[in-house]
Amino acid sequence: MALSTLRIVWLYPDLLSTYGDRGNLLVLAHRARIRGIDVEPMQVRSDQHVPHTADMYLIGGGEDGPQAVAAERLLQDGALGRAAEAGKPILAICAGYQLLGSSFYANGRAYEGLNILDLRSDRGPSRAVGEIAGESAPQLGIGPITGFENHGGRTHLGEAVQPLARVSSGVGNDGATEGAWAGHVIGTYMHGPALARNPKLADLLLAWAVGVHPAQLPPVDDTWPERLRHERFTALSAAQ
Amino acid sequence: MSANLTPRAKFATTLLRTAAALSRATGRGDGSVIGGRVGLIVEPRLLELLAEGRHVVLVSGTNGKTTTTRFATAALEAIGKVATNSFGANMPTGHTTALAKAPKAEYATLECDEHYLGQLLDAASPKVVALLNLSRDQLDRAMEVTALAAKWRQTLQASAGQTTIVANADDPLIVWAASVCQRVVWVAAGQSWTADSAICPNCGAHLDRFGEFWRCTNCGLNRPSPQWSVAQQGEAVVGPDGRRYELNLQLPGRVNRANAATALAVASLFGVDPAQAAPRLSEVASVAGRYAKVEREGRQLRLLLAKNPAGWLESFDMIEQGPPVVLSLNAREVDGFDTSWIYDVDFTSLAGRKVVVTGDRRTDLAVRLEVDGVDFLVVDDVRAAIAAVPPGPVEVVANYTAFQDIRAEFNRVN
Repeated sequence: MALSTLRIVWLYPDLLSTYGDRGNLLVLAHRARIRGIDVEPMQVRSDQHVPHTADMYLIGGGEDGPQAVAAERLLQDGALGRAAEAGKPILAICAGYQLLGSSFYANGRAYEGLNILDLRSDRGPSRAVGEIAGESAPQLGIGPITGFENHGGRTHLGEAVQPLARVSSGVGNDGATEGAWAGHVIGTYMHGPALARNPKLADLLLAWAVGVHPAQLPPVDDTWPERLRHERFTALSAAQ
Repeated sequence: MSANLTPRAKFATTLLRTAAALSRATGRGDGSVIGGRVGLIVEPRLLELLAEGRHVVLVSGTNGKTTTTRFATAALEAIGKVATNSFGANMPTGHTTALAKAPKAEYATLECDEHYLGQLLDAASPKVVALLNLSRDQLDRAMEVTALAAKWRQTLQASAGQTTIVANADDPLIVWAASVCQRVVWVAAGQSWTADSAICPNCGAHLDRFGEFWRCTNCGLNRPSPQWSVAQQGEAVVGPDGRRYELNLQLPGRVNRANAATALAVASLFGVDPAQAAPRLSEVASVAGRYAKVEREGRQLRLLLAKNPAGWLESFDMIEQGPPVVLSLNAREVDGFDTSWIYDVDFTSLAGRKVVVTGDRRTDLAVRLEVDGVDFLVVDDVRAAIAAVPPGPVEVVANYTAFQDIRAEFNRVN
């Protein structure tokens, strides 16, 4: 691990930070620091340029209006697309996930997305609110996923992306799959602190940023996150 | 007042009181909700009829409603009898019960759920509406906060012609909603949570902030000059003419001094001298268990209710430095099922002190505290929490149903 300082950019907290989105930044910084990796968290507002020298990018969830503004500004800025091409890890949540696709719905009409992930989003028949769980793509090695979703959109995946998970509870993209990934870009409807409940997903992003295999990261004590996961899975199976 | 009720409304009122009394007698609660429901079935216009001829005050906002309503009631009692929904039943059923129970009260102070403001404006024709603040709260079941502000703005424009609004000049969402009204009294009530108002609610541009002043550089929406404020030094409220009214509140924190400022502003609109009203506010020791002090096995617990990020940050500002802190978190229906918001709360100020976590979702809190580098102990319930701390003062912070569970442990302390 040659990196002296890991620079993690949290994009547009002024627009997209609705459900504890800061949590993902906090979890990444915490898990990096206990392994001796220094972290420089950078909060970038929507009226600032997106730095192209960062090691990882996070983008959160939000309401329709801010989502449309965020997409427009990111398209103008261009740096996030170049970061994806350069293989920088990107984690996008909910509204942030939708705007990485080719198009999304907000304020009753379609908007152009950033075309970073091969997917498009539209409106679903009803709002998806509640716990979500599923089996993640085995290649990622992150185990079952657990989170909370709250969105009105549905997302249709193209050929060039893989679903992040098969849904066992909740709705996700369309009731069958949840989220998407391609290269080092991950999008998900698990909102807010998705990484607090899915520590192996956090480590995968860190490993990508540092340029190692996740197994090469020093182990950390995950007693509490594992208990929380167990609790959430148990609560879901009790409800079914 | 309600002397001129129709026979149907009188019958509805009688049934309401009977239903409420039955509910109380069978231990189902204070009966406000069920009583009001029964009364409104018999006479759908009951709330309107009971409110007729009274001086009604509504108090709404995300945080501080119950306390501000209590303060405004205490202040108005200087000049007359006041009907109020002091049990926190803040929807029309609760309002109807509050009015039915106090037929002779000339004044009414009603705490109003944010989503019922429009309905209450129409039904109760309030003289004064106090709007405290808007911030994220139970997002999995409630409307997102900017949409709520937009709804208020629309409602106020349509229905608040004869009403005076007492509004928080420090909250851009409140200012935007209230600025459509003709008569507004501005109070510098503070804003502990600014993350929901980084963007202008009117046009979407960035808000600039300089200390307490804020403005939109695009559309010009800005902080109105407040007539009432909390004194910078000492514990006092400063009135429109610059006069200081000393407070000697039993309730802690700057946020309660701000609630007091709002209450004094409301009461003064009815001709109550703030100098006469202020001492009445210091008689309030607790509000439906909030801020109550209870003793068990040599531990003196102070109970703080905090339902959302702004509320938790406010309570961290209130707690004494030093004593152990018990945090309790539930996620039942009225709390909201989603616990994500705990990541909007900064817990780092608790580092270095003894922290005990409990509640249905204590594991969520444990993970959250670990991320913030705060040491903690996880226990099953408040009894175990008491056993886990040494004798002496203890600060307890809990969200809604977690708080009610703790209150139940102490015989529903008020």
